[in-house]
Amino acid sequence: MIHSPYIRKPASVQSVMLAVLLALLPGVTAYVMQVAAVVVVNLLIATVTALVAEALILTLRKRPIAPALSDLSAVVTAWLVVLCFPPILPWWVTVLGVLIAIVAVKHLYGGLGQNPFNPAMVAYCAMIVAFPSLMSQWPPAGQIDFQTQLDLVLGGARQLDAITGATALDAMRTGLRTSGASVDSVLQQSGTFGAVGGRGWEWLALGYLAGGLFMLARRIITWHMPVAFIATLAVVSGIFWLAEPARFAPPLFHLASGGAMLAAFFIVTDPVSGATTPRGKLIFAAGVAVIAYLIRVFGAFPEGIAFAVLLMNLCVPLIDMKTQPAVFGHRGSRP
Amino acid sequence: MIARLFNFHGGIKPDSHKNASAAPPIAAAPLPPRLTIPLRQSVRSVARCLVAPGQRVLKGERIGAGEGPLGTDVHASTSGTVVGLAPCAMAHASSLDTLAVVIEPDGKDEWIERRAFDHRAVPREAALRYLSACGIVGMGGAGFPTHIKLGNGRGIETLIINGAECEPWITCDDRLMRERAAEILSGAAILHELIGARRTLVGIEDNKPEAIRAMREAAAGFPGLVDIVAIPTRYPAGGEKQLIRVLTGIEIAHGKLGTEFGVQCFNVGTAQAVHRAIHHGEPLVSRVVTLTGNVRRPGNYEVLVGTPVETLLALAAPKPDTDRYLMGGPMMGITISDLSVPIGKTSNCIIAASAALFPPPPPELPCIRCGACARACPADLQPFELYWFSRAKNVGKAQEYHLFDCIECGSCAFVCPSHIPLVDYFRFSKSEIWARERELKASDQARERFEFRNYRQEREKEEKAAKLAAKAAETRAKLSGSATPTDAATGDDPKKALIAAALARARQQVAVEPRNTDTPHAGVPGASPGIASRREQPDLHDSDATS
Repeated sequence: MIHSPYIRKPASVQSVMLAVLLALLPGVTAYVMQVAAVVVVNLLIATVTALVAEALILTLRKRPIAPALSDLSAVVTAWLVVLCFPPILPWWVTVLGVLIAIVAVKHLYGGLGQNPFNPAMVAYCAMIVAFPSLMSQWPPAGQIDFQTQLDLVLGGARQLDAITGATALDAMRTGLRTSGASVDSVLQQSGTFGAVGGRGWEWLALGYLAGGLFMLARRIITWHMPVAFIATLAVVSGIFWLAEPARFAPPLFHLASGGAMLAAFFIVTDPVSGATTPRGKLIFAAGVAVIAYLIRVFGAFPEGIAFAVLLMNLCVPLIDMKTQPAVFGHRGSRP
Repeated sequence: MIARLFNFHGGIKPDSHKNASAAPPIAAAPLPPRLTIPLRQSVRSVARCLVAPGQRVLKGERIGAGEGPLGTDVHASTSGTVVGLAPCAMAHASSLDTLAVVIEPDGKDEWIERRAFDHRAVPREAALRYLSACGIVGMGGAGFPTHIKLGNGRGIETLIINGAECEPWITCDDRLMRERAAEILSGAAILHELIGARRTLVGIEDNKPEAIRAMREAAAGFPGLVDIVAIPTRYPAGGEKQLIRVLTGIEIAHGKLGTEFGVQCFNVGTAQAVHRAIHHGEPLVSRVVTLTGNVRRPGNYEVLVGTPVETLLALAAPKPDTDRYLMGGPMMGITISDLSVPIGKTSNCIIAASAALFPPPPPELPCIRCGACARACPADLQPFELYWFSRAKNVGKAQEYHLFDCIECGSCAFVCPSHIPLVDYFRFSKSEIWARERELKASDQARERFEFRNYRQEREKEEKAAKLAAKAAETRAKLSGSATPTDAATGDDPKKALIAAALARARQQVAVEPRNTDTPHAGVPGASPGIASRREQPDLHDSDATS
């Protein structure tokens, strides 16, 4: 027998995931226009890999395949993997990354809704540890033609140094650490930088920001995570920058570079592996921002968001437990 | 008068579907061929039957006497003949049976003698007793007896009349307010006096402008009595706790009563019933019921308590593709499994459901912890956490996360993108906890019984041992006292001495016996001190056996 309520809002996991994919489109468009059109090929490879992998693992797990494939969650994971990987990777690195995300991180932990870690971030960490050089080949914006990009992805000969440059974060790090230059001189030296972040790449940040605002408007995400992430990153980098402007890059640089905007709206906001209470979300996103900044500035990797997210994923059960909101009637709010 | 409105967290805005049934005025439902009036008309209390088959009753005649403090009387809804006492299905999700009086109407609808009751001329307690005798219970929800909710006449500052009617489809309170606003306010005035309130607020959702207008017009006839407040339309604003929060800012936790916070809430229908009882001497025998949903003629009807649902349905002309009927609203109502179920004092709405209007829920998908449920929960719970705990049957943890503060309003399940029937999980966990508590209580009682039995046996053993020791000492003293003369008379005959001692013992036992009747061994008296002492020393037996 069916019980109340007998009516439901026309919402579904599929519509949520579709909204996330739509929200990624401005960022993807900026990617294609400004950096590397081959990202579309990567998205296609990743999508197919994700769906095939999901179908296979569901068969092994003896679970119904159709509802899981049609919920589009695997596609979202695949796209996020692609968007945090360098675009000119050989195709098999993308495939491997997606397999790790879908098979190991998602399904070995029980499938949709069960994974304690962010699949795309585990894939990124695994790949950067396994293939550090491949995972560091970021093309300078708009300098390689599409045919070359395609050759690189589909297995052409690789002449690494000739075609890849340093990312903005990498150039800043190397400049500050090895040559001992000041922030300003680093920014002027290299053609890597644009107005605020990496040249060309900063448009992606803008695209992700636009998509994030769309998700906020559609109530796919709440304001807590993006606001806490952006504010914390700005405040922490601002403190260092104010203390020593020559040695530390300004907040806007940190926000516009690397995966900051992608992370603020699409990575830390992953509901499955993130904190869920309003206060918990603030703590979680702020924690990611702090750790990411520390890794960027003092750590061994130019970009630290992936590690930061995984470290904070570890803390989620504790954060959620300690930040349960007061229940109606239990906060003693007599007016 | 009211300075500001307060907000409650969460809530949802489902399509209201109220217009169709709210348009036509309330019509009287025709007399059914039979009335089945359950003797259970208020929570936790079944009235004692006062009539016998064959007896003629008048409309409003008492047929059941309320028992216990929560009891309210039950009345015949029309004149006719009692044809039987039979179990009937209750209007409850369980469809459990309850005893009902079956009345065959005589068509005259002849009232008992009705006399207005002057509640000001009698002590307050007498007025409350009168309301209980008129069978007045809360008509908005659980049917809690009104005379209990009126409290002790002290400390309740704010009286709230609930005209919010937040559930979709239902319009009986809306129509009642449009058509009988003066009666509602007259009832509110009586409740106001009885409860000793300082202010009375009527909360109406702002999607009922006609009702608000009618109530405001009627309020002019009761100067200074009430404040008619339009509140934002957001389900479940009509939940008692949510309405109290919206109007006063006070939050009443689960398990607490409004009276503890100086506020009490009554449904508009209850207020009207109080008016009919006090000013017209009419006990509660009918109510307004909305018939709506997949029907050709939606509307509201004045329906006699005890009218079977099936005889009502024809009034609304359900469409052929109707596949089931709901009682109550679509958010918290129940599916009626047996259409012979009678309309009770809390039955506010019958909805004809079809697959088109109420499509079966899509398949349940895994929870993605999106938190939509937490954003919708008016009790500020984290429903998805409760869901994980319930799924894992970790009901203790669910309880720790305030499972029992869940009011089962269904907002969480309404918004869930994974279509998880969250409320069902919570109902399961609650019943699981209740079952465990019952078991625990039973095992506690068994343990206590067992421990007391051991204690009692131990005590009796000690008492008996002490008694026997005293007796033995007494006997020895007697023997040694009488032995010398006996010896002197009979010479050195040990046999005679033994016989004499045995006789003495027998006499002793006859005298002692009545005092022994409270022991478990009362049936086997006559144990000699020796035997008794051996019996009381099982250790000796053991050592004998082993040696």
